[in-house]
Amino acid sequence: MNFYVSPEQQMLDRAEFARKGIARGRAVAVVRYRDGIALVADNHSTTLNKVAEIYDRIGFAAVGRYNEFEALRIAGIRHADLRGYSYDRRDVTGRSLAGAYSQQLGGAFASAVDKPFEVELIVAELGESPEGDLIYRISYDGVISDEDDLAVIGGDAEHTAARLRDGFDPQAELATVVERVGKALSSQQLEVAVLERGTGRRRTFRRVPRHEVTRG
Amino acid sequence: MTSANPSFVDYVRSVSPEALPAAPADAFPAVHGTTIVAARYRDGVVMAGDRRATMGSAIAMRDIEKVFSADDQSIIGVAGVAGIAIELVRLFQVELEHFEKVEGVGLSFDGKANRLGSLIRGNLAQAMQGMAVLPLFIGWDERAVRGRMFSYDATGGRYEEHEFCSVGSGSAFARGALKKLYDPEADEQSAVAALLQSLYDAADDDSATSGLDLTRGIFPLVMRANADGVARWSEQGVRELAEQIITARTGRPDGPRGYAL
Repeated sequence: MNFYVSPEQQMLDRAEFARKGIARGRAVAVVRYRDGIALVADNHSTTLNKVAEIYDRIGFAAVGRYNEFEALRIAGIRHADLRGYSYDRRDVTGRSLAGAYSQQLGGAFASAVDKPFEVELIVAELGESPEGDLIYRISYDGVISDEDDLAVIGGDAEHTAARLRDGFDPQAELATVVERVGKALSSQQLEVAVLERGTGRRRTFRRVPRHEVTRG
Repeated sequence: MTSANPSFVDYVRSVSPEALPAAPADAFPAVHGTTIVAARYRDGVVMAGDRRATMGSAIAMRDIEKVFSADDQSIIGVAGVAGIAIELVRLFQVELEHFEKVEGVGLSFDGKANRLGSLIRGNLAQAMQGMAVLPLFIGWDERAVRGRMFSYDATGGRYEEHEFCSVGSGSAFARGALKKLYDPEADEQSAVAALLQSLYDAADDDSATSGLDLTRGIFPLVMRANADGVARWSEQGVRELAEQIITARTGRPDGPRGYAL
């Protein structure tokens, strides 16, 4: 027996489904600071990461279903490594990676057979200078947005982002920024990683150990 | 059970095999890189490679680089067909980094050494046609807390070396010199001096190996791996040591005096 469901209704239902899944997850914030970009997640696990390295200057943050964003993380690493190996390391860009994610998420959302992804992602790219920093937010339906100084995904993302944006200083020290994000996420257990400028290393991603995350 | 395969090579083989290093089926004149030497010292391991590439009896390049960091703890040096060898190094570098990113932890030192062996084995068909690539792989093993060295044959067989090792056309001459000069208790400076002396001797007797080229200022490429990680010696550091060696050799061309008894 076939029922007619209008396309509008179908999209609304799918969005509702994805949003519910994502809202259950704890939030992740990606923010600029003095020496680069910090990826900060409210995460109780020390081994199941929500923020990760994709390439030399590109970081990844995700919320939602673990198995789904883990698969997307690995697909991103493959995309980046293959590109860098086939062309040159400089030809791997956050823009192209964010575009690929947007295609995949949007494709599944609009598809009649696939289940929409219950994830939201952030792709951050560290520029050679602060003006070159890029933060892309990609939502479950493939909508991609280019953020300025910060982006938040996950449960209650809008309010958290608003709280963070109020008086935000992209020139602040890492410890200050992490403390602010910790308060905004109201979390005691933060997973922190940075894309660090000016270290002279090719790979700019670094996990900040929990004991180093100084919090007031 | 299915889960993400952390191998970059396997992934490339499945999606775009043409991107993998390969040589034409027939042997044809190709650029060859030559001598690489390595030795253990008090705090770790060191490697040096000469800078010459040849095509038949002609010198194709005087400043080619054949020694690379594979990752933050390990170093790879390659002798053989330069085109394939350098591609293989790039592939190996991505392979190690890819594994680390996917898994969240790096491969064990033996895992890296084995992986390199299988890349060499993948080149076996070409090796049979004279397109062989032979690497030396050395580095700091964080679990064993010591420097380790591996040599390979064309079938991908890996052999752990404990004192010193060499590969390439000048390797027999370098090996003889290294055997006499090498000292496992030496500091880094002395270890590198022994490597440079051995390359000098290799260049002395093997036309495909370059020595210490003072006129052009081209010197062997030197890297070390110890508990602090991998570092490449500065050009200035190598030059100073090279100048000392050349001065000594001016008085005694066959090298530092040894003791028969």
